[in-house]
Amino acid sequence: MALARRSSNLLKPLSTASSSSFLNRRPFSTDDSTTITIETSVPFTGHNCEPPSRSIDTTPKELMTFFTDMALMRRMEIAADSLYKSKLIRGFCHLYDGQEAVSIGMEAAITKKDCIITAYRDHCIFLGRGGTLLESFAELMGRQAGCSRGKGGSMHFYKKDACFFGGHGIVGAQVPLGCGLAFAQKYRKEDHVTFTMYGDGAANQGQLFEALNMAALWDLPAILVCENNHYGMGTAEWRAAKSPAYYKRGDYVPGLKVDGMDAFAVKQACKFAKEHALKNGPIILEMDTYRYHGHSMSDPGSTYRTRDEISGVRQERDPIERIRKLILAHDIATEKELKDIEKLARKEVDEAIAKAKESPMPDDSELFTNVYRKGYGVESFGADRKEVRATLP
Amino acid sequence: MATNLRRFKRFGSIFINNSTPLRGLSSSSAVLGSVDGQVQQPASGTAKSINLYTAINQALQIALDSDPRSYIFGEDVGFGGVFRCTTGLAEQFGKHRVFNTPLCEQGIVGFGIGLAAMGNRAIAEIQFADYIFPAFDQIVNEAAKFRYRSGNEFNCGGLTIRTPYGAVGHGGHYHSQSPEAFFCHVPGIKVVIPRSPKEAKGLLLASIREPNPVVFFEPKWLYRLAVEEVPEGDYMLPLSEAEVMREGSDITLVGWGAQLAIMEQACIDAEKEGISCELIDLKTLIPWDKETVEASVRKTGRLLISHEAPVTGGFGAEISASIVERCFLRLEAPVARVCGLDTPFPLVFEPFYMPNKNKILDAIRDTVNY
Ligand SMILES: Cc1ncc(C[n+]2csc(CCOP(=O)(O)OP(=O)(O)O)c2C)c(N)n1
Ligand SMILES: [Mg+2]
Repeated sequence: MALARRSSNLLKPLSTASSSSFLNRRPFSTDDSTTITIETSVPFTGHNCEPPSRSIDTTPKELMTFFTDMALMRRMEIAADSLYKSKLIRGFCHLYDGQEAVSIGMEAAITKKDCIITAYRDHCIFLGRGGTLLESFAELMGRQAGCSRGKGGSMHFYKKDACFFGGHGIVGAQVPLGCGLAFAQKYRKEDHVTFTMYGDGAANQGQLFEALNMAALWDLPAILVCENNHYGMGTAEWRAAKSPAYYKRGDYVPGLKVDGMDAFAVKQACKFAKEHALKNGPIILEMDTYRYHGHSMSDPGSTYRTRDEISGVRQERDPIERIRKLILAHDIATEKELKDIEKLARKEVDEAIAKAKESPMPDDSELFTNVYRKGYGVESFGADRKEVRATLP
Repeated sequence: MATNLRRFKRFGSIFINNSTPLRGLSSSSAVLGSVDGQVQQPASGTAKSINLYTAINQALQIALDSDPRSYIFGEDVGFGGVFRCTTGLAEQFGKHRVFNTPLCEQGIVGFGIGLAAMGNRAIAEIQFADYIFPAFDQIVNEAAKFRYRSGNEFNCGGLTIRTPYGAVGHGGHYHSQSPEAFFCHVPGIKVVIPRSPKEAKGLLLASIREPNPVVFFEPKWLYRLAVEEVPEGDYMLPLSEAEVMREGSDITLVGWGAQLAIMEQACIDAEKEGISCELIDLKTLIPWDKETVEASVRKTGRLLISHEAPVTGGFGAEISASIVERCFLRLEAPVARVCGLDTPFPLVFEPFYMPNKNKILDAIRDTVNY
């Protein structure tokens, strides 16, 4: 099933290594499919719909996968932060640490045939879709081995074979696009849906309401995922929105408020939303989440919110710590084993960075390719007065 | 609130890799001659050396102070804005006159048109020129045609839209664009772009008080980089009046905004090779000062235009066509355009994309030796 595929996508060597290291020794883990029933952190709140149950079944394997994958995402973002500071990443760079559970929980409920489209905070969504660390770091550093061949940078990650439509820079612009994707899915009579992600700031763009109306009017299998991290740049949600209850803002479109720091709540909500969307059309999922970093690399992120607020979330709601506690409570792995997984994630990340650095910058002629389907033969002079010629394909 | 302002200090710094002030464009520098004659309302004495965002801030402060019906709004402007241009204004004039909007450009501009239609000065900020497109319809279809289609019964002349444009070294696709030409195709609005702190202050005040809607593009590369003496008081510089920044006899160069700094360096280098260049700052793109450019080209017989926006359909094309119409028999070489390339604004390829000094110098030589 999707899960197993995904975990191997994210961190192949690690998941095999870790399973042999501890799975044999623990009563729970001898059988991967042992069912553990857990409860989501808080109940769901529904708008125009009956919310799903708080209780959800999982397995030791899934818990370990969640932990491993989120640890890897966290590590990737922290490494991106230092690469940016050492000027190896240029342009604008927005990090996802704190919000990992949204990607992880969503992926656990859907398949790679379901589409995802998001804004510029896209590194971990890409990883969740099965993208590699090497492709991520190479793209961040503008190298050929990047997922957009070095031409997109941080804000423009894509993965077509996993129906990941990226990576958009204009706030709110991706939401109507998501409706178009969903229409195509419905038209083809496929049982797939589109998850369209946007922020609490983006929720105030007019395009969002245009998209909602179209999606509802045509019963599109569109799931609008509002990642409410409570700030749009430095603006707190309540300063920008008359009603920050984003799950209710679709009016006639049903909505669900979800603890976006709890991967299991996210999984449950996405499963519910997918079923709903295939039967009844669009639904809004408001993920109550939090970004630890500032908005982008130029924002220290500590002036419009208190340090207490940030450390409070880290202590009480951190998505990785929540899973760690569950693993320990159910005696699935020891603290040391979890630490080892984190160490391994660090190593994987370092190796990917080293590899990405070896990848060359795109060829100069790439400046002119992909503007249209075929290049159109432009010549120019570079800063160093070297002539650049684009070849006509 | 003061703490809110602090966060933008670092934000600004990412755009500018080099903190050495750029004094080349200073109007007081001997190379450039003087613009003092153009200061309509010379300030009462004192001038201070300040950078471009501070000059903008001063102009906004004066606008709010001198007209109680003026308002400033946009994303985060109450906190000083991403580039700190509105620093301190909400504190000084209150949150009912300087206020944050939600993230909704179309709404911001539409709101500004309504506010202006009620006889107010609506000063809207669009955080980056790259984000002006959601508001494009409001500007093109509402703002520009309000007066015309109502037979002069209504207008939104009090509307000024400020927005930072242009490259910053590594801004990538969505923090670097120069969309001025799109707006130059729209009769009914004015498009103004300053090149330096002193120009920015005088032109912005003129734009705010102008009885027609203005789109005012600010060269974000120069916010901190450009420093010059700026009169402290209230003064305006005329719109639709170009300025000969540097006199010459062999070729005329026309540009605006941040690009003039690059062009000026090319002029200096060409001078060393014995080519005498005349450099013109257009300042207002529509309606533009054809007479000044025409007079110069009649003298030099050659014209080069340079802008950051892609060459095809850029405003350089319009200047070129108009001057060919007016000076066809006087031209000694084809009009040269050294502009951005016909590609989206690139991330890693920015140095290739840009119309840099060497490209301009090459074009100067080619044109003169045609
Ligand atoms: C149309 C447009 N306006 C403004 C911006 C500048 N901008 C980029 S991100 C952002 C804040 C968005 O906040 P939110 O939607 O909450 O997403 P988050 O960054 O929190 O993930 C702003 C104002 C933009 N990219 N596009
Ligand atoms: Mg947000």
